[in-house]
Amino acid sequence: MSTETDAPDLSGTGGGLEERMNDFTRWIFLSCALVTVLTTIGIFAVLLFGSYGFFSDVSLVEYFTGTEWYPVAHEPSFGVLPLIWGTMVVTVGSALVAIPLGTATAIYLSEYADRRVRKTLKPTLEILAGIPTIVYGFFALSFVTPVIQRFFPETGTFNALSASIVVGIMIIPMVSSLSEDAMSSVPDELRNAAYGLGATKFEVSTSVVVPAALSGIIASYILALSRAIGETMIVALAMGNSPQITTNVLEEMQTMTAFMVDIAISDASAGSVGYQSLFAVGLTLFAMTLSLNLFSMWVKSRYREEYQ
Amino acid sequence: MSDETTGRLGGLKRTVATIAPGESRFETSNTRDANVETTDMTAEAGQSDVATTERNETESSSSGGVEMPTSDRPLGTPRVDDAVIEARDLDVFYGDTQALNEINMDIPEQGVTALIGPSGCGKSTFLRSINRMNDLIDVARVEGELYFHGKNIYDDDVDPVALRRKIGMVFQKPNPFPKSIFDNVAYGLRVQGKDDDVEEKVHTALERAALIDEVEDQLDESGLDLSGGQQQRLCIARAIATDPEVILMDEPASALDPVATSKIEDLVEELAQEYTVVIVTHNMQQAARISDKTAVFLTGGHLVEFDDTNKIFENPESDRVEDYITGKFG
Repeated sequence: MSTETDAPDLSGTGGGLEERMNDFTRWIFLSCALVTVLTTIGIFAVLLFGSYGFFSDVSLVEYFTGTEWYPVAHEPSFGVLPLIWGTMVVTVGSALVAIPLGTATAIYLSEYADRRVRKTLKPTLEILAGIPTIVYGFFALSFVTPVIQRFFPETGTFNALSASIVVGIMIIPMVSSLSEDAMSSVPDELRNAAYGLGATKFEVSTSVVVPAALSGIIASYILALSRAIGETMIVALAMGNSPQITTNVLEEMQTMTAFMVDIAISDASAGSVGYQSLFAVGLTLFAMTLSLNLFSMWVKSRYREEYQ
Repeated sequence: MSDETTGRLGGLKRTVATIAPGESRFETSNTRDANVETTDMTAEAGQSDVATTERNETESSSSGGVEMPTSDRPLGTPRVDDAVIEARDLDVFYGDTQALNEINMDIPEQGVTALIGPSGCGKSTFLRSINRMNDLIDVARVEGELYFHGKNIYDDDVDPVALRRKIGMVFQKPNPFPKSIFDNVAYGLRVQGKDDDVEEKVHTALERAALIDEVEDQLDESGLDLSGGQQQRLCIARAIATDPEVILMDEPASALDPVATSKIEDLVEELAQEYTVVIVTHNMQQAARISDKTAVFLTGGHLVEFDDTNKIFENPESDRVEDYITGKFG
């Protein structure tokens, strides 16, 4: 476009058309990104409006303090605590399985395994994360429960223990993979310093690497737990559908997610209070997982790896 | 013990400490066991002391320790009377690359021995083979012998963990743990089971590392909040807190400014009154200033000349060393 004859020609071949193409592609990518954001906002709005209908019939006090949950009975009661209890049992139970096993696996992968073992074992573990949860559910129902019944014959076909164990197994890869990432990024200088002082491999792992990677490890725990809270298929299949507050994990319980499956496929008519309770429970669940995710982000930034 | 006599040296002032733990102690993984082990070592050393003295009387007292092959002797005087460490035909390979080639030299007790040479000459590799840090590199392979008080540290019965408790190390880049200043210094004491009077020992170590005045009021604060020079002195305090016999330093001042460097140099000279210090440096003035003996490594992992520092810098035997010292290459 330059009028100077000796200046190099730097104008694009298509002139104004190219510029418009640039704007166009930029717009395409932006709108793709917006789809995700708008969907999230949409889901949140649906949950809010549905819950609004529900809470105009049921008081917040009853919802959060009642200990009985029979939303579609003739004389319904709407205390969400039994569902929260069921969710908590599964979350804590699966944490008891996944945190020790996942952390030990991460330490093995990061500190003990040689490169070849790590290269095969880590992807293998991550395959666990790719198994459809319905398969885990069948596994709980048809394998884990019968094993438990062999030791405790009074165990029901549906029970919290079996579901908790299997949810725990499902989230092991999250804990081990993310924790291993955190441990591998601890610089070798720190390991050398400890070895140079006459520390054993075990001491180097537990007293140098794990503390240095702690924020990443804890964040992996929290993310795995929020995954356990939201897990649906395994608990719907193996844990049963009677909401109750009991400390006996061999009994049937119901989680928030399992209840939502239950009501969604039941014949509760749209618009009824029982149907609308779906939205209230969904909103509660959403609030729980969201706050856990935010907490995990806070942990990561607050206790970010100090060694840099 | 008796089969070690051939490998044992004569002219040692100190007792012979064997690093070899017994079979059961080989897999030592906790500090309590380590404690027992240390006691055992002293006990064994006490017995063999007699034997050593006898040997000294029968043999000529000027004789060195382990036989040094004549073929690959470097120029200068690679043999010393009071050797703590004796390398004999030591080769180190990283995969197919040979990093050290037939190294034969002694490191005398106390004082500063400097290892100098151009990059890639193998001086750091030699340093790391003294406390078996090369074990941590998968592809590293060591051949030949390296004796610590007459015991070949590459024998099968030597536990590198026990060895490293006697031979401390300071690294090129200051590497304090992301822990408090106190816990940094106490770390070695704790893993080695020397955790009685930790406070006093930490204090003494910081004092000897010339750091105590600067950190006395902030022992609970992170070691990472210190300046680079302070961090390196913290690492030195951490290494001497457990009272090792030998301290290896791998270019300890290369990441520091001139003021911090001179503090580290003063400290090294101070420590050499009591410890055997082996220091790798690429800075020839530094080697000339602080060391008593200097080993010059040149390309290909060869030790070319080893002698008193004055001799090396004023009148080296090798022309190549002279060229290197005067800056003609390297």
